[in-house]
Amino acid sequence: MNLAANPELENQPLLRIENLRLESASAALVEDISLEVARGEMVGLLGESGCGKTITALSVLGLLPAHAVRRTNGRILFEGQDISGLDEKALNLVRGNRISMIFQEPMTSLNPIMTIGSQIGEALEVHRNLSRSERMREIARVLDLVGLPSSPEQLRKYPFELSGGQRQRVMIAMALACEPALLMADEPTTALDVTIQAQILELIGAMRKRFGMACILVTHDLGVVAETCDRAVVMYAGRIAEQGSVDTLFSEPIHRYTEALIGTIPAANEPGTELPAITGTVPPPGERPAGCAFAGRCAHALERCADNPPPAVRRGEHVGYCWNPAT
Amino acid sequence: MTPLLSVRDLVKHYPTADGGRLLALDGISFDLAEGEILGIVGESGCGKSTLGRSIMRLDTPTGGEIWYGGKDLAKISGRDLKQSRAEIQMIFQDPFGSLNPRHSVATIIGEPLAVHGRPDRAERVRQLLDLVGLPQSAAKRLPHQFSGGQRQRIAIARALAINPRIIVADEAVSALDVSIQSQIINLLAELRREFGLSIIFISHDLSVVRHISDRIAVMYFGRIVEQGPAGRVFENPKHPYTRALLSAVPGIPGKTNGANGKRERIVLTGDVPNIARRPGGCLFHPRCFEMRERCRTDSPELRLIDGDATTARLCACHYAEPA
Repeated sequence: MNLAANPELENQPLLRIENLRLESASAALVEDISLEVARGEMVGLLGESGCGKTITALSVLGLLPAHAVRRTNGRILFEGQDISGLDEKALNLVRGNRISMIFQEPMTSLNPIMTIGSQIGEALEVHRNLSRSERMREIARVLDLVGLPSSPEQLRKYPFELSGGQRQRVMIAMALACEPALLMADEPTTALDVTIQAQILELIGAMRKRFGMACILVTHDLGVVAETCDRAVVMYAGRIAEQGSVDTLFSEPIHRYTEALIGTIPAANEPGTELPAITGTVPPPGERPAGCAFAGRCAHALERCADNPPPAVRRGEHVGYCWNPAT
Repeated sequence: MTPLLSVRDLVKHYPTADGGRLLALDGISFDLAEGEILGIVGESGCGKSTLGRSIMRLDTPTGGEIWYGGKDLAKISGRDLKQSRAEIQMIFQDPFGSLNPRHSVATIIGEPLAVHGRPDRAERVRQLLDLVGLPQSAAKRLPHQFSGGQRQRIAIARALAINPRIIVADEAVSALDVSIQSQIINLLAELRREFGLSIIFISHDLSVVRHISDRIAVMYFGRIVEQGPAGRVFENPKHPYTRALLSAVPGIPGKTNGANGKRERIVLTGDVPNIARRPGGCLFHPRCFEMRERCRTDSPELRLIDGDATTARLCACHYAEPA
């Protein structure tokens, strides 16, 4: 399973999503998603609710509800291997081991009737062949890593005995137990206070340094992406609107949606002034126009925008899909 | 100028299962002027929501006074209380949980009018829909037919129905996407300009609070630790807690001002305060990066650092100095 050892694969991206299309029974949910994540890289996946961020992240781990969502096109290559068609058994060798995920709500994603020691130990039990005492040592080490006390009393605690920030640390400890190559973090700090958010983001950064972990950070918070990520991918109505390095994407956005999102942030405006607003809402799946899905809300839309798919505007690695680019 | 609302030494205890008590509000005092937006910020559990609920009298304070229109709202009941609630209205965080799913929008917005026996309900509902930017066709529809931002507009229309003078907005934009958030912030600012509404704007989002507020109060452990004009508190925070809080707000280099412009990030160790475990001395000392011996034992008073009556800057730190 350890493909990382193969020198031929060293230069390949860690994760490569190619032309991914996911459909529900009635409509396409995400279309033509292509993105890459290099080893050790941190990529922010941005967009409003209903843009398809979470479902894209879930598809990487094969966590889509099988009866409701089908993959009708595209591949997901992880360490050179197509993992999109793997069965549960094969996926289980990857999940929690090479790729881990943390979720927004640490209360509902932890098992309320399992001690945190056994929850963290679960991944190690499944993926590593350790004796009980070795496993206990590993659990203590991981807890230490995420800045929680690793005393035996701590291991016997239940999730309800912990604060929100502590629970998120337990989630991260579970995800990191096997030192994954890729961490999928879906709004990991959205439910937390800014002070605790700063701690958690610093922790994820430290783990990247420590064992070269890559991370996909799903969030709607542009500031978090600007401060922590190397690259950003902006999604809108199930498609990628723009992607590029954080520096260029925020300073010279191509897509009018990206530009508008940055403009609406209160901190980007003089206090007390009227905020630039994006009117309307994201068109739901099944109601997306043939052209640019943002056209209906765009202040700079041209006549052709609604009916014709926007062309790719490329500046090196930075690419946006817009008829009337912002910069 | 006499303030519209004066809160003095407001205290709220909750009893605990083991016979003890939790101190959610520990002597809160502030004034709210007519047409002013006062931002209340702080982490989870600092008491900011309890404060809002106490002013609305959804919770009964254990001690202290809330002066409005010559009456102490903390002690009234019955008809007086009903009257005060007509003048102070609330908007909640979750526009999915705060609207009755089985009532039409017209019924929801019209309910305060019915409760307070105001005439011409249908006409007023039409006006209100206009005011908050919803189409007239919305009146007959049910909450689930609207998006989060539209529902928050419905909640605002309901709060405005009986012409209140004060709105308590408790995390009113926190559940909304940024694009929708800016619309609702604009709407609240416009209502203030148009009707001279006063707003107590409770939020954990510092950049939103900075944008909309005239003055800011920072709460920690049920107390106000810093208070002053919004711009000055953000540009030159005095309390170490405010400094850490502001430095933790992520920003976009070159695009965002204020919150985290040039300051160095201060990552606080330790957790959000747990009101069941109150430290002695300065309540912030266990997390403070500038803690000195005195802070372990002496509790700092909220004192005037500089400014006059309208620009007063208050700070509860032994070592805070004038700008």
